[in-house]
Amino acid sequence: MTAKTLLAAKSIERGLRKSRWKTVLKNWELYIFVLPTMAYFIIFHYFPLYGLQIAFRDYAPSSGIWNSPWVGLEHLRRFFDSYYFWDLIGNTVGISLYEMIVGFPIPIIIALALNELKNGAFKKWVQTVTYAPHFISVVVMSGMIIAFLSPGTGLVNLAIKALGGEPVQFLGEPGWFKSVFVLSGVWQSMGWGTIIYLAALAGVDPQQHEAAMIDGATRMKRIWHINLPSILPTMVILLILNVGSFMSVGFEKVFLLQNPLNLESSDVISTYVYRSGLVQGQFSFSAAIGLFNSVINFILLLTVNRIAKRVNETSLW
Amino acid sequence: MTTMKRKLRSDRVFEIINFIFLFFILIIVLYPLVYVISASISDPVYVNQGTMWLYPRGITFEGYQRVFQNPEIWSGYRNTILYTVAGTAINLLFTVPGAYALSRKDLKGRGIMMGLIVFTMFFGGGLIPSFLLVSWLGMLNTVWALLIPNAVAVYNLIICRTFFQTNIPKELQESAEIDGCSNTVLFLKIVLPLSAPIIAVMALYYGVTHWNSYFSAIIYLKDRSLYPLQLILREILVQNQMNDTMLMTGDDMEAMAKQARIADIIKYAVMIVSSLPIIVIYPFMQRFFMKGVLIGSVKG
Repeated sequence: MTAKTLLAAKSIERGLRKSRWKTVLKNWELYIFVLPTMAYFIIFHYFPLYGLQIAFRDYAPSSGIWNSPWVGLEHLRRFFDSYYFWDLIGNTVGISLYEMIVGFPIPIIIALALNELKNGAFKKWVQTVTYAPHFISVVVMSGMIIAFLSPGTGLVNLAIKALGGEPVQFLGEPGWFKSVFVLSGVWQSMGWGTIIYLAALAGVDPQQHEAAMIDGATRMKRIWHINLPSILPTMVILLILNVGSFMSVGFEKVFLLQNPLNLESSDVISTYVYRSGLVQGQFSFSAAIGLFNSVINFILLLTVNRIAKRVNETSLW
Repeated sequence: MTTMKRKLRSDRVFEIINFIFLFFILIIVLYPLVYVISASISDPVYVNQGTMWLYPRGITFEGYQRVFQNPEIWSGYRNTILYTVAGTAINLLFTVPGAYALSRKDLKGRGIMMGLIVFTMFFGGGLIPSFLLVSWLGMLNTVWALLIPNAVAVYNLIICRTFFQTNIPKELQESAEIDGCSNTVLFLKIVLPLSAPIIAVMALYYGVTHWNSYFSAIIYLKDRSLYPLQLILREILVQNQMNDTMLMTGDDMEAMAKQARIADIIKYAVMIVSSLPIIVIYPFMQRFFMKGVLIGSVKG
């Protein structure tokens, strides 16, 4: 390269940099718009990431993050060796799997069924009613569960008794907890879950259905071969997102429904982190557990995203 | 002709089965809701016996009376309204301008910024580091702890940004530029008025979240006078604690039995009272939240 072309290249580069600065300067107000948002994320999401180092230190509030001594993987080791470890993992994974297997297909089935109703009053009714529980707070929801399942006066046990059965202590027996948690969650969210699939179904080209009808395809066949494939990308995205929070079972409802009698099957990693950290004040120990949980979640997310990309060409990024 | 008929018949069968299925779903969801409403205005005796199963029996508003006699319900209500209004305002202030800026293709560095933001959806510091941060910032036991740490929800930010990207034509910005209009004026005078639907959706989503939230209050608040409604509810519904203003005091067995009965009806009443604002605005907000999800589902 001659000196001349080199110079020319340099000046072009300088020119580009200049024009880049020019657009930045021209839009300086946009940076002011975005400043509070970015500041929020840096402070409230990235600073805690920095604070995660206490998972590898023996944090004492009096000495602060920087002066607490390093202890390496000590806290994680203690967690792995602890008596609760396998119970916590089992409950967390168990509830998540149960929730996914039961909760994931139901909104899809309802959406496919709703889609076959052509804009009648009945369709509106079903939608209005089934969306409503989504807006009930977790506290009220838990209150409803506790009231309905009460062994003496709860609706469910009154029905069991009327049918000649023995009342069941649903929230007092560990064996029932997961079902109570998952099925109440399905009740609360199945209608809301249909919205996004209905939106995807609304985009299906009616000509495809007409063509299939001429070929003699039945209603079921058309749902199976046209409607289902057309919502597949949406399903994959939602599945990936679900897996991404696999290890963080809805803390709030577990926490509210938990009691000493069902703790054996209701204690999940997030409730354990809360108890050991904020209730017992073992900050470093529970930060380490939280970190362990996030890392597993993140690995799961990356894995599923990669699989989805390869198999289905749909992915989050 | 015969195949046509057969097809129609199979369609008919399909439609009937489909209708029955959806009707079944409708009943499953609707029944518990109706039951709570009926139980809240029924005589507790019938509720506890199981003879009230659909329509209210022995209508009484005693449950509601007891709920409204409790001063903590009132203070909880007041606090929650305050947190919902202030919190939603802060949410909008942090989300809408930011989302607009991030929707502009001529914002240099937006890729990096979006990357940083989206990453927080999948990986975070977790409970303890966040708690320590809030306590270092001196927000413990203050209202700020409920408002600032949740100032932006990534999902809402993305919905909002997608709206700006797809609904605000680029020509608008170009013509404003030619007219020498600054970005601030463009945003305030042109973009915002065109964005009423998305702002309504955002206000709704954030508002419902604030109204229903309780966990931040559990971790960050100690002072009972600051408690939002959901925390008071938790004590009544989950921890079964009611104070004397709600229950009558009395030591004999009969009074205690009556208390236990009333406790149940109070619970049903309190569920309704706390959800009342959402119940009232639900019919109006329905078309908005549909819109919100539809906008959000456009890939952006």
